[in-house]
Amino acid sequence: MAAPALILFGVFAIVPLFGVAALSLVHWDGLGDITWAGFDNWQAAASDPVSRNALWLTVKLTVLCVLFQAPVSLLLGVFLAGRQRYRALLATLFFLPLLFSSAAVAITFTALLDPNFGAGSALDLPLLTQNWLGDPDLALYVIVFVIGWCFIPFHTLIYQAGTRQIPRELYEAARMDGAGTVHQFLHITLPMLKYTIVTSTTLMTVGSLTYFDLIFVLTGGGPGNATRVLPLDMYLTGFRSYDMGRASVLALVLVAVGLAVSLGLNRLTGANRMESQSEGS
Amino acid sequence: MKLGTRRRTLLALGAAAPVVAALGACGNKPGAADGATAWGLTGGAEEAMRASFEAWNKDNPDNEITAEYFANDAYKEKIRTAIGSGNAPTLVFGWAGATLADYVANDQVVDVTESTSALTDRLLPSVAQVGMVDGKVYAVPNNQSQPVVLYHNNDVLEAAGTQIPTTWTELLAAVEALKGADVIPIALAGQSVWPELMWISYLADRVGGDAAFQRVLDGEAGAWSHPDMVRAAQMITELVEAGAFGDGFASVVADAGADHALVSTGKAAMILQGSWIYPEFLTNAPDLVASGGLRFSTFPVVEDGAGDPTAIVGNPANYWSITASSSEDDQATAADYLSEAVYDDAHIDSLLAIGAVPPVAGLEDRIAEEEDPEFLDFTYAMVRDAASFELSWDQAIPAEQAQELLNNLSRLFLGELSAEEFAAAMDATL
Repeated sequence: MAAPALILFGVFAIVPLFGVAALSLVHWDGLGDITWAGFDNWQAAASDPVSRNALWLTVKLTVLCVLFQAPVSLLLGVFLAGRQRYRALLATLFFLPLLFSSAAVAITFTALLDPNFGAGSALDLPLLTQNWLGDPDLALYVIVFVIGWCFIPFHTLIYQAGTRQIPRELYEAARMDGAGTVHQFLHITLPMLKYTIVTSTTLMTVGSLTYFDLIFVLTGGGPGNATRVLPLDMYLTGFRSYDMGRASVLALVLVAVGLAVSLGLNRLTGANRMESQSEGS
Repeated sequence: MKLGTRRRTLLALGAAAPVVAALGACGNKPGAADGATAWGLTGGAEEAMRASFEAWNKDNPDNEITAEYFANDAYKEKIRTAIGSGNAPTLVFGWAGATLADYVANDQVVDVTESTSALTDRLLPSVAQVGMVDGKVYAVPNNQSQPVVLYHNNDVLEAAGTQIPTTWTELLAAVEALKGADVIPIALAGQSVWPELMWISYLADRVGGDAAFQRVLDGEAGAWSHPDMVRAAQMITELVEAGAFGDGFASVVADAGADHALVSTGKAAMILQGSWIYPEFLTNAPDLVASGGLRFSTFPVVEDGAGDPTAIVGNPANYWSITASSSEDDQATAADYLSEAVYDDAHIDSLLAIGAVPPVAGLEDRIAEEEDPEFLDFTYAMVRDAASFELSWDQAIPAEQAQELLNNLSRLFLGELSAEEFAAAMDATL
């Protein structure tokens, strides 16, 4: 039964992974001969301030993304789990960003945030007329916001589904005991959503670690190196500088960090003992 | 339900694997057609190129060339993997420079010295020269010469009580006057970074002549910290600190044309850009062009500089090369196309019609017959009479150095690096 999935996974994930591991030990510019490099690429990547900065930015971006997306998605998801008509309408609106391609979203935001022709100057709002993507101190936060705008709907959907799974009897019992909305949320919804939170946060973390397309279109890693996160650094090293060896090192670092983080999260939260929360199972 | 440890590891691997797959998943050949193929660029002179291939295919139904067009950035990435993996089209669009030298060193493109001599004999020598490596022709131009030009919105300059600057001192004075008038003196697409190259290339050339960059090309130690190069970098810092590019230049993207839009809408007075943006002015600001409000000039002279004031930078043209991996029939078809169809009468007409001047000798009379000959005449004379035509720096040097250059240059413009730090960082790449 698992064979097709395993074959696909082997061909498209494991084999390239070994390929990249091999590439990380050679010098190759994509055109000429491949020459043995030993651990030169690893040393060069470790001592390169741009790549080290990229690693730090990636951690920062991931933490900021989770801090921004997790609470907003949780609250929105719980809110939208209600069955009222207006909530269904709002849900449809909130989920719209899920339908857009990230390149289109990035291009639109670039236009909206343009200091000369963007929303700020069109509406004559000085507050909105910042040098959003051109200021090294601002650009990363703008990116966190746009990524959030794209992905909060997805995580909201997960939380909405998770919340709807919670047996209603629990709430009825709590209400009979006189628990208010806040109490119900803190003592029933949150604990019951534990595994949903783990799933969503893991997806968020690993997603942010490897996030690429939005940033590439929004800033291309600039201004300076202000948004040159690790995946972007890997891409630019590989496909702009044509240094496949160094790029492969960065790719392996990403794989290692991604694996470590998602396994770590699983362990920390006890989700590896993922037992069912439903009644009767 | 419990998940076994091994399966979870695999699942987690799966979440991280697409990154890796992205590194290995390039280089497939789209629409692998029979016969000769060509990959070109969208935008710019795409129309003229399409028309040229259509005319060729009509006249040579047995030797058709199938052309595909890509956006600039996507193309540059794709073509290298395609050539490296033997999946390249017959005709490869390029910028010559270090990439062409790389192709030649790896025997990826063929010598076309003899098969295209009918074409190369008609070209302006400075442009034909760029397609040669070690005295042999490996690339022939396929569109217009693209010198970098200083464009002006004269209405804005006049309103600020200043005029087109011809010297560095006048440029600084104009910047002051324009700031006083509350407009951005010079539009610059800083987010794209490559427009910033135009500034340092011209400044280095005006200060130190073409020797300044030749030292870099020759890989001379300390080429970037030569006083002329450092002076050019300092002048950049001076301009940025004087507010010449406004506050928001690092947000401006060239691909969307947000830089020249500032000039056509009167929000900025000047822009240093390639001649390829002129058609955009015709489309976006026809009134400004018709009223004579849009002016153009060569780069200002630096008073005590050693550079020749007629020297220009930019792209002498784009080039076609024939790949060694294509079949002999396809190579022959492509060579015939190059010598017979490139810059034939119809091709020249379609280029001139979009305001693009092909690097062909003796075009003066044909340009004079065009409806709007002023800009064509200006750029043609600029290229014809140039003491030197320096290829864009990011194309001229190896890709890895070019990336470092773009990175450090953007930081120089942002004020994160001083001129001396910029020079030191660049010296380290030699």
